[in-house]
Amino acid sequence: MNCQDVQQLLSAYADGELDLVHSLQVEEHLGSCPACAQSEKNLRSLHTALAAPSLRYAAPAALRAQIHASLDEAALVTAGKRPGASREAWLRPVALAAGFLVMIGVGATLGILLSRGRSANGRIEDWVVAGHVRSLQVNHLTDVVSSDRHTVKPWFRDKLDFSPLVPDLAADGFPLTGGRLDYLDGRPVAALVYQRGKHAINVFTWPTQAAGDTPLREFSRQGFHLREWQQAGMNYWAISDLNDEDLDQFVRLYQQRTSAPPP
Amino acid sequence: MESDERRRFADVTLPHLDAAYNLARWLTRDEHAAEDVVQEAYLRAARYFGSFRGGDGRPWLLGVVRHAAFDWLKRHRGPSAVSFDDDLHDRGDTSADPQQLVLRKSDEASVRDALAELPLPLREVIVLRELEGLSYQEIAVLVEIPIGTVMSRLSRGRRQLQQRLAGYVGEDAK
Repeated sequence: MNCQDVQQLLSAYADGELDLVHSLQVEEHLGSCPACAQSEKNLRSLHTALAAPSLRYAAPAALRAQIHASLDEAALVTAGKRPGASREAWLRPVALAAGFLVMIGVGATLGILLSRGRSANGRIEDWVVAGHVRSLQVNHLTDVVSSDRHTVKPWFRDKLDFSPLVPDLAADGFPLTGGRLDYLDGRPVAALVYQRGKHAINVFTWPTQAAGDTPLREFSRQGFHLREWQQAGMNYWAISDLNDEDLDQFVRLYQQRTSAPPP
Repeated sequence: MESDERRRFADVTLPHLDAAYNLARWLTRDEHAAEDVVQEAYLRAARYFGSFRGGDGRPWLLGVVRHAAFDWLKRHRGPSAVSFDDDLHDRGDTSADPQQLVLRKSDEASVRDALAELPLPLREVIVLRELEGLSYQEIAVLVEIPIGTVMSRLSRGRRQLQQRLAGYVGEDAK
């Protein structure tokens, strides 16, 4: 091992994060190289300097009080709205969020989440719209930018407990621009992003317990068009500001390509 | 049931409020922004509590804080504030620097300034490792980068800190 190799590994060595073999090699080098040994001492000095308590900011008392109060408030909201038995599992985080909202007063997107109807789908629709809007607002459309589905698919495999089908629709005028991780209904889902001209199409997908496929359902919310279907054990929600015809074409192609086994 | 859940949420997240604020403060470098970010993060954490798989709540909560902080930065400083090209920044020299780094107690302010001036992606791994004591594995999951990148960013961050601090010490010695 020469000095350059050692310099690259020295930081991890000092952190005790190097594997045994490399650790021993670095140690051996340090015994015979005063320059690298000095570098290691400098790393330890830096570590000591960074351990100074004044570098670690403590939460201000007012913030602490506010967070505690929000939690208490959340308990009240939850108790007040207690709807009964089992199927309201989803209400819990929402009720907590409502408590925070009361105390903290965060923005309008949460209003969308909280103003939900009774039916299960009414709720998911709102999540889908909120997810789509958020993805456009914060310039956070894609975490992995790629038009290659062979890049996008494995990227998801490392992050989710399922692997979404990513059809290639570029030849039909719907190129893939990437994917990202999103949260719907309190669970991580895959969001695939396709493009038609300047319009982004978000496809949210995640596994479902429900058996059988369901026919396509259409919605419009806040100027967005939504399509929902289930196919081969997966939920799909597509949303865009694209016109109805183009979105229907997109969904038709998407369904065709995902119904055959992927090549 | 609901109050059990609330208690569980409090147990998981409240012990790490200081860590949450510390990370938000170092990422935004603004005390008011840090408070907003932590509030937003607790709100999101409550909403996504279903995705918490148990275990140590700290890396999980810090991950939520980091996302909220990055959203804040993008909104207030523009998308370029959070973009970083590891390859581009990986051409630094890797030769040994035999000069001795001497730091005294009185240098704390210099250390704080030097850390605050580091580029965001280097600053965040230094804060997570040196100030919060997270493992490389935990940092990799939290920042969503490979462990090798954690290693190289930490290495570069420390080298840059040393260079900046060597500057301060040099000025002292004049």
